[in-house]
Amino acid sequence: MKDWRYWLAEQRGTLLALGIFIVMFIIYTSNHPAGFTANVVQTAANKGVLLAFVAMAQTLVVITAGIDLSVGMIFLLTNCLASWLVVGTPTQTALGVIAVLAVGLLCGAINGAIVIYGRLQPIVATIATGAVYYGIGLLLRPFPGGSVNEDFADALTGRVFDVVPASLVVLLAVVLVVWVPFSRSVLGRAAYAAGSSETAAYMSGVPIRRGKFAAYTLAGLLAAIGGLFLTFFTYTGEAAYASGNSYTLFSIAAVVLGGVSLFGGKGSAIGAIFGALAFRTIGDLLFVFDFDPLWQPLFQGVILLIAVSLGAFALFRVRNRLEWFL
Amino acid sequence: MSETTLGGIAGHMPKFLRRADPAVLTAFACIVLLLFLGSLYSRSFLSPEYLLQQLKVASFLGVIATGMMLVILLGQIDLSVPWAVAAGAMMACAAAAYGPVGVALAIPFGIFCGVLIGVVNGIGVAYLRIPSMIITLATNAVAQGLMVVYTGGFSPQDSATTAMRYLATGFTIPGVPNAVIIWAVIGAATVFVLSRTSFGRTVYGIGNRERAAYLSGIDTRRVVMIAFAVSGGLSAFGGVLLAGYASKAAQSMGDTYLLPSIAAVVLGGTSILGGRGSYLGTVAGVILITLLQSILSVMQMPEAGRQIIYGVVIVAMLLLYGRAPASR
Repeated sequence: MKDWRYWLAEQRGTLLALGIFIVMFIIYTSNHPAGFTANVVQTAANKGVLLAFVAMAQTLVVITAGIDLSVGMIFLLTNCLASWLVVGTPTQTALGVIAVLAVGLLCGAINGAIVIYGRLQPIVATIATGAVYYGIGLLLRPFPGGSVNEDFADALTGRVFDVVPASLVVLLAVVLVVWVPFSRSVLGRAAYAAGSSETAAYMSGVPIRRGKFAAYTLAGLLAAIGGLFLTFFTYTGEAAYASGNSYTLFSIAAVVLGGVSLFGGKGSAIGAIFGALAFRTIGDLLFVFDFDPLWQPLFQGVILLIAVSLGAFALFRVRNRLEWFL
Repeated sequence: MSETTLGGIAGHMPKFLRRADPAVLTAFACIVLLLFLGSLYSRSFLSPEYLLQQLKVASFLGVIATGMMLVILLGQIDLSVPWAVAAGAMMACAAAAYGPVGVALAIPFGIFCGVLIGVVNGIGVAYLRIPSMIITLATNAVAQGLMVVYTGGFSPQDSATTAMRYLATGFTIPGVPNAVIIWAVIGAATVFVLSRTSFGRTVYGIGNRERAAYLSGIDTRRVVMIAFAVSGGLSAFGGVLLAGYASKAAQSMGDTYLLPSIAAVVLGGTSILGGRGSYLGTVAGVILITLLQSILSVMQMPEAGRQIIYGVVIVAMLLLYGRAPASR
């Protein structure tokens, strides 16, 4: 196979997600009362990156054939924490940001340690740790409140040169600093290998444990960046159980839309980002078409259901009935 | 735990102890420990009234966990519990608004809605081969969306019927709450089905190795489908009972039952990978969790502390006896 065709086949999921996103965004902006303006794009980007960060976090874990049902709660916890810490002078703010990111890393590392070294099932382990993270968030912010360094927040949620949304620039930076090095490192490859076939990877001497641990840990970090951004947008922290839950849910939808296989070993965080942006745009379509907001949860649920059912198309490629049970 | 290593001690133990699952024994030991700790804190902890009250509260979780156990025995999981519970409760209350016929059909209708959710899960898992945790999350979201549209759009009646209240809080046998009897009946039926019918054996078989079960000529997909439908129905029934207990349905009433129902099953020694576990263990798990909740509320622990303790206890107990085998 020629190089470019191989590349195309490899990136099919990502490109498909990009395509869906572009189509949806065109429909969205062409029906938006304000049209395609910098303001509309900025608002959409700010909402989209929140989910994009959480979806990237979910991708890392899903690649290892695991699942992290606590990402939404790490997102909430770091939001609550940031509403305490990211305030004051520039130095204090910077230290606050570092502390929040460190807590995210720690949460991810705890998940990873329990799943990999404790040998518990990712679903149960992360539901339980999710409860703990939510509890801590609730301790920090029993009532919505707190504040954030507003100049800093505005800078990161505003526009660069009055055109490009700053949040997208940050997203790009995070991709370049976290995802690209990870996916090209030995650890990243180990994570992919573990997701694709753990036994084979183990037999070949791939450091699967370290790879998986790195994936879970970085997932915590990415969810924390999402939590930071939530604080930047809302200026407050709030431990809202439903919100954390829906971010977990939507991250899975975004991952699936982004062409990441839930069975592990396939897909990229870039795809998940476009999946997240597409999912958000689809959800917002209801508003530009003047539907009652009441319908939004149902609409998003149905999109999620359709997205996960798309995976069933793999069944058409099954040649032997026994392949169902692999 | 092999019998030879325990031979010395086990030889002196009664037969039922020797045959019991160590995980179930651990769970029961933890129950005794919790009762002991509780009695240190408050004298009334060991009174029959208090214990019966706990059993009544436990029975709601018990009914829901029964369905969850069936699904976990298959090696799957049902994350649609929160809104299956809420949908069962809300739809039962909603049906009651439609005159005497509605009142009479309220309970079956609520359960029916849960079964529908379960059937969608079952189709997804069994026939479309979608991972259960994903499809059940999705149906959970859809059920939530439907309930939001329904309650927001038409503001239905949300009070329970007399029959629902009677089921949850009444007494047919003096001293024993009806809810406990219902749990006992459902539990007995589950034990019978799991140990005495081919369906039950198939559930264990699929949980152990689905390919092997399929190759033995079993229609594994139908069994998986039925298990999910039953799980949805039992979740909804739990919701109906809860609505009867609180005499109304509420939006997020099911949220607090997802983690406990999974935890109860897993703490009771059922393998999360499927194929192994006994209903006695689930009963122990349910009681264990209810007592833990009760102690935390007697201590007036705020919600935050409860969530933290809860998560930590579950992870700790799983690390104690729920670990997957060291692979390869």
